[in-house]
Amino acid sequence: MGLVTTLGSGISLEYYVILSTILFTIGVLGVLIRKNAIIILMSVELMLNAVNLLMAAFSTYHGTSDAQVFVFFIMVVAAAEATVGLSILVLLYRNRKTVDVGVFNKLKG
Amino acid sequence: MSTIEIIAYVLGALSIGSALMVVLSMHPVRSVLYLILTFFMISANYILLNAQFLAIVNIVVYAGAIMVLFLFVLMLLNLSKDNEPRASKWMKLAASLAAGTLIIVLVAALKDAVYLPVEEAAMANDQGLVENLGQLLFTKYVLPFETSSVLFIAAMVGAVLLSKKEKQIID
Repeated sequence: MGLVTTLGSGISLEYYVILSTILFTIGVLGVLIRKNAIIILMSVELMLNAVNLLMAAFSTYHGTSDAQVFVFFIMVVAAAEATVGLSILVLLYRNRKTVDVGVFNKLKG
Repeated sequence: MSTIEIIAYVLGALSIGSALMVVLSMHPVRSVLYLILTFFMISANYILLNAQFLAIVNIVVYAGAIMVLFLFVLMLLNLSKDNEPRASKWMKLAASLAAGTLIIVLVAALKDAVYLPVEEAAMANDQGLVENLGQLLFTKYVLPFETSSVLFIAAMVGAVLLSKKEKQIID
């Protein structure tokens, strides 16, 4: 009882491959171009979502559900990562009064 | 062009546009809102792909929980457009060049990729529903499923421990 089906409608698997490649690259661009640590974490989430989309597309086009379970696990790990990352950020902000990643250079030596 | 094709391409364009706005918007709260929009577009793509369970979980977990956490931290730290750290012009140029090169390399590598033939016979319409995924999750993948609960406990304890105020040591 699927809502809609992409198979046979002319959308190829390549479309999803290219779409998630573009989304992943935008995530990389965000990590490189921004100095706000929160936005960098959000760009990482965007990259994870691009991979999720690719896995769901492959899962649907090849008729196996295993990849969708893996997407579920990626979401679990992303939730845990966001929680710990944000609490580290709050701690850093308490010490330095900024979220600029250029300021956090004490370990640079 | 069929209706589903048009819907898919519009969704793709919208998700790319809102993802770009996440990166380019200088207001942090606006970035978060655009990211929520991107997640909704990706969820719509999941529905097109017959992955209904993933679509709902994506909205509940990402747009509902994680992004609210991000918004909450942004409000807590009181970040606004004025104290937003900005990268230098050269940094931006180098980052754009690096990302542009990455996408060219990835697309060039994927262009000639040989895809396995899609088996329409193996494709079932109900594979993305919660019944099917739940059975997989509790039979084949029960060990990773239970391990993820340990991960969550660790993350929870870590977050509480990190954000607890340290006692001032007076000497």
